[in-house]
Amino acid sequence: MTARDVPQVGEGHGSRSRLAGMVSPNVGTGLMGLYQLALGIVFLGIWQFASGRLVDSFIISDPIDIALRLWEWVSTGTIWPHVWATVYATVVGFVIGAGLGVAGGLWLGLSPFLSRLLDPFIWAFNALPKVALAPLFILWFGLDIKSKVALAAVLVVFLVFVNTFSGVREVDQDLIDGLRIMRASRWQILTKLIVPSATSWIFVGLKAGVPYALIGTIIGEMIASSRGLGYLVQRAGSEFDSAGVFAALAVIAALAMIFNEAVNVVQKRLERWRIVSR
Amino acid sequence: MIELRSIQKTFRRRRNEVHAVDGVDLTIEPRSIVALIGPSGCGKSTLLNMIAGLYHPDRGRVLYEGQPVQEVNTNVGYMTQKDNLLPWRTVIDNVALPLEIAGWAAERRNETASAMIGHVGLSGFEEKYPSELSGGMRKRACLARMLVYEPQALLLDEPFAALDAQLRIAMHDLLLRLWAEKQQTIILVTHDLVEAVTLADRVIVFTRRPARVSFEQIIDLQRPRNVQEVRFTPKFHDIYSSIWERLRQEYAEENI
Repeated sequence: MTARDVPQVGEGHGSRSRLAGMVSPNVGTGLMGLYQLALGIVFLGIWQFASGRLVDSFIISDPIDIALRLWEWVSTGTIWPHVWATVYATVVGFVIGAGLGVAGGLWLGLSPFLSRLLDPFIWAFNALPKVALAPLFILWFGLDIKSKVALAAVLVVFLVFVNTFSGVREVDQDLIDGLRIMRASRWQILTKLIVPSATSWIFVGLKAGVPYALIGTIIGEMIASSRGLGYLVQRAGSEFDSAGVFAALAVIAALAMIFNEAVNVVQKRLERWRIVSR
Repeated sequence: MIELRSIQKTFRRRRNEVHAVDGVDLTIEPRSIVALIGPSGCGKSTLLNMIAGLYHPDRGRVLYEGQPVQEVNTNVGYMTQKDNLLPWRTVIDNVALPLEIAGWAAERRNETASAMIGHVGLSGFEEKYPSELSGGMRKRACLARMLVYEPQALLLDEPFAALDAQLRIAMHDLLLRLWAEKQQTIILVTHDLVEAVTLADRVIVFTRRPARVSFEQIIDLQRPRNVQEVRFTPKFHDIYSSIWERLRQEYAEENI
């Protein structure tokens, strides 16, 4: 989220850093995947072993139980409406939050007066625990999906805003001058220079925003809802069904990975030049 | 016509005052090539920035075609010392940028841009990104980008410094050929006296900072000039030596 993060954007796509080369041998992507799989299996094995032997299985359930529960949900199809509700609220909330964040960041980044004027208010807003807004949103937007969308959006918007704002501020003044001499209008400077130049910053915000969109949705669903993965977690928890809680969490984690990968794919497409130049 | 009228410019950084330019008067005829020579950091680039309208003089006036330069001067093309290609655009998209800004259709601007890329000897590098090019290649891409939209006047800040000797001669040749065709006004900042005499109608020599015009020399070598051979003519040699002699006196005086 800070300046230091930016040069690292796009790193780790197969290119090894000098530091990593010194600390550990260079491992290919395929082999690393295998290692990761092995680590996961070992973890699950220990969990399975510990459950009922070292820790009460009522508390931590066990992987086989959780897998069976997942299979039951999938085979009967009961999980899909919940997944869909969560995905929908997360994606819509993310898009709204990201859109507002980018627009606000560009706007304030280009207007020194406004950014100085609004500075204390923005930081005050950022310091709020936004999750605490959930009851308000439910009051305003009702029990249905709109309140979840709003909560997801509000968690994303600031992250994207701050990064976009910094990105706009970082644009090289010489490049702006160069374009002005070429008779570029303000709009052309914005679209051909400032936005592409700020793109890597914007993506830092978007990547950080992905899990928060999901968190916002889940919390909204846990507080008041009759659908969604957050609702599943909440319901299973209140029934002391630890396998159900873990199964729902596993689905949430899988969703988070998919969303994150989607943002990575978009970034790679937009920032081909950065990858080529390595 | 570009006119500088008793220009004065001081930069202030905290308590430090740097007198960059102090009382420069200069008139540059349309369609002429003028070379500015002077010690490093003497404020030549500052003058170009003022002609481009990026800086404003503290005192004095900059006139372009009789009009004071107040906003950014969009009649000029400016090739700065630092190459300012956009890193996320390929060479061809960088070169075509001014045409894109002017609203040309994609096909037409790519055609024009690739022709210009060919002129500066970058054929085959159209789809590369600036980070994949050498310093000299980036300079040539900047040159192509400036030439492609045919501005009335060209401001060149040490455009060929990063090039090897052969390529530099090729670029001199290109510049003079295009100039013969389009008849732009060209202002060229350089450290290379051979380059200055080869290309220019007038060579203007500046003093150390704060920059003032020290002296100027008319280069009445015949045009069109063969950039490869003109430097071996006796007349070139005479002009070169006389400027060199005066430069030596100039700097000798100031050194003491």
